[in-house]
Amino acid sequence: MKSFAVVAGLLAGTALSTAAVADTPVLTVYTYDSFVSDWGPGPAVEKAFEEVCGCDLQLVGAGDGAALLGRIKLEGARTEADVVLGLDTNLTAAAAETGLFAPHSVTADYTLPIEWNDATFVPYDWGYFAFVQNADLEGPANFKALADSDLKIVIQDPRSSTPGLGLLMWVKAAYGDEAPAIWAGLSDNIVTVTKGWSEAYGLFLEGEADMVLSYTTSPAYHLIAEEDASKSAAAFDEGHYMQIEVAGKIAGTDQPELADQFLSFMTSDAFQSIIPTTNWMYPAVTPAAGLPEGFETLIAPEKALITPAADAPAVRDAALAEWLDALSK
Amino acid sequence: MIRSWPVFLAAGLVLLCLIGPLIAVFHRAGEAGLTSLTFSAADGAALRFSLLQSVLSASLSVLLAIPVSRALARRRFRGRAALITLLGAPFILPVIVAVMGLLAVFGRNGLMSDLLGLFGLPPVQIYGLHGVVLAHVFFNLPLATRILLQAWQDIPAERFRLAATLRLHGWQSFRVLEAPMLMRALPGAWLVIFALCLSSFAVVLVLGGGPKATTLELAIYQAFRFDFDLARAAMLALVQTVLVGIVAIVALGQDSGQALGAGLDRVVQRWDASGVMARVLDALALVLATLFLVLPIAMLVWDGLWGIAQLPPQVWRALWVSLIVALSSTALCMALALPIALAAIRHPRIEGIGLIGIVSSPLVLGTGLFLIIHPFANPLKLAFVVTALVNALMALPFALRVLVPALREAEAGYGRLADALGLTGYARLRLLLLPRARRPLGFAAGLTAALSMGDLGVIALFADPNRATLPLQMYRLMSAYRVEAAAGAGLLLLASSLALFWIFDRGGRGHVEA
Repeated sequence: MKSFAVVAGLLAGTALSTAAVADTPVLTVYTYDSFVSDWGPGPAVEKAFEEVCGCDLQLVGAGDGAALLGRIKLEGARTEADVVLGLDTNLTAAAAETGLFAPHSVTADYTLPIEWNDATFVPYDWGYFAFVQNADLEGPANFKALADSDLKIVIQDPRSSTPGLGLLMWVKAAYGDEAPAIWAGLSDNIVTVTKGWSEAYGLFLEGEADMVLSYTTSPAYHLIAEEDASKSAAAFDEGHYMQIEVAGKIAGTDQPELADQFLSFMTSDAFQSIIPTTNWMYPAVTPAAGLPEGFETLIAPEKALITPAADAPAVRDAALAEWLDALSK
Repeated sequence: MIRSWPVFLAAGLVLLCLIGPLIAVFHRAGEAGLTSLTFSAADGAALRFSLLQSVLSASLSVLLAIPVSRALARRRFRGRAALITLLGAPFILPVIVAVMGLLAVFGRNGLMSDLLGLFGLPPVQIYGLHGVVLAHVFFNLPLATRILLQAWQDIPAERFRLAATLRLHGWQSFRVLEAPMLMRALPGAWLVIFALCLSSFAVVLVLGGGPKATTLELAIYQAFRFDFDLARAAMLALVQTVLVGIVAIVALGQDSGQALGAGLDRVVQRWDASGVMARVLDALALVLATLFLVLPIAMLVWDGLWGIAQLPPQVWRALWVSLIVALSSTALCMALALPIALAAIRHPRIEGIGLIGIVSSPLVLGTGLFLIIHPFANPLKLAFVVTALVNALMALPFALRVLVPALREAEAGYGRLADALGLTGYARLRLLLLPRARRPLGFAAGLTAALSMGDLGVIALFADPNRATLPLQMYRLMSAYRVEAAAGAGLLLLASSLALFWIFDRGGRGHVEA
């Protein structure tokens, strides 16, 4: 009987707490898994937004950016998401094509290296892809120098990883029709190709390769969180490809005002100041207090490369075919 | 003899959970009007590579397992039981953890390369087809060894006694007693490992060295992520399933033949193995296998020790979630495995149903389950149930492979006696079959619990941020650059999986010498 009482108590408690929150509107934000993780921006963002919105912010994690888009497509118009956060410019054209997203009304003073005028998606952070190495290594100055060197690199498979796809787009943006030749040159430098970023970065830290495809901001983690200045990113003179991460409002949302409020909150200091040391990316709008100490040591590429979102799907397919062809020989 | 409704229930549930999602994905693809069911040249290449590496991996795993399990079966030494448990470790580790351990030994910057460097030799070239096979042997040699060890223990002590009386020497007694046993045990062991390697993906990618090592599973990823072509993904998943189905029908059809007969469960004494040569060979097999399997694990433990202290509280919480998931999966898996294994005594091919689990693409399975659940409920709310269920299905083929031969042996040895006594239904199960299968049951439950503990499975699609499992938290630590803490979480996972495995396995062995 005792256990019965406990269960009854639990049920009553659940019913009470459900009743208590019933009046609080819920905003559901779908995002990628590392955003909601205890070590990502999620917990701090949730706390900061709930302080101002009088709502319950529910972050739901779903794989990575590409998996996130797949999830939204699977759910279609019946999705419970009000906002989707974590797509990048390689995915926004396909996302917009679903017709599930509504235009936004956010205006912000973006500190992106490029002009932003997408009517549907709002950027929240960005970064440059780069090869990360030990700081004492005399890194190559571009892809051709890398291909000519004996340096060993680890990259990610573009079919299963966002950075892996980024590298494909980078080489394509920098070299166009010459891209297959660059890949042929790089093939003997590539130690291996991993499923995702974590595996590749782990291999690099274990000493399996001299360089790993990551972001220019990766050394900031080691510097700030571990007080370890031993990692740096190689500056390539072709320019570095950008990843811009964005969020969009679902057209069929039952919380349109809250969704709008979240998107504009996203470009505010409260959100943006969380990004650099949790997502280890550059904030889309530099907070008033500036970037955390340590970010000034990062390389600043002279040229920012990016494929316009509308062209990305076609370029991507062609680049993948070339990549497979060059590395399968 | 055995009632048929539990069999139909279990087999039906398994089929429903494994084939249902595939149908759901096809159905959804049809709704969207996607009809790109062509099998391209690249798919053909992926299929060929998948087959090549899995045939090589499975064959090598079972071949190497013969001397190792033979040595374990006929030698008694201090620490033998602990060694048997420890040798199982690679099989129950999450893929990425095991690969890191393997690379710490065989990588460009690993122990072997350091050793070669002392002699001025270049580092080991691990990346390529041979690396993939090496990793798969590392994972599956323990499983093959345990399955064969079980089979070895099924040879009654009286047989060896008789062989000794007849003065049969090493080779003769091998040919008469052990070879027929191997002929019956090998195809089944080979089959589960083949199926496991066929759908292996992250290992193949990381050790294969590039897109030359593309498997069908990667092609499925591409279909999902690049083209969101559900029909293509489901078609490729179907090809994979049908392929294993065909191989299963062939391999499991062989799994019959004359039984070894019953004995009095005396402790086995091996008069045929007392020669110096036999001792040296057994020692060599054991030392080499231990080095190969335990060194990478030791490296993981060493790396992980530094991280244990830094483990955030969320990881400890995840440990409890994982333990509950693992125990639920184990209960579920045993409930499914027992009726199917009982039916497989008479109809060997029914065991093939279980195999669908390991060849099902987690991506397709997860998506299908999602499509099935979404119209009725929020999939996140069912994350726990789905995870436990999928883990149970994934472990089912291993549980069956361990249970079926033992039950069949019990039926062959004591079935007529039981018939004569009119022992049927549950009484037969309780008095004859379960006691005879106690050891394999413990082993199967341990295997299921440990596999379920370490498996990321479909959790990524059903991740509930507040109830993350231990493997998921480990991946999250890795994605957040926290490599040391992730290594600590990996060690925690290894230790808890092994502990679960040991408890069940030990429980099954009871007081009987194993």
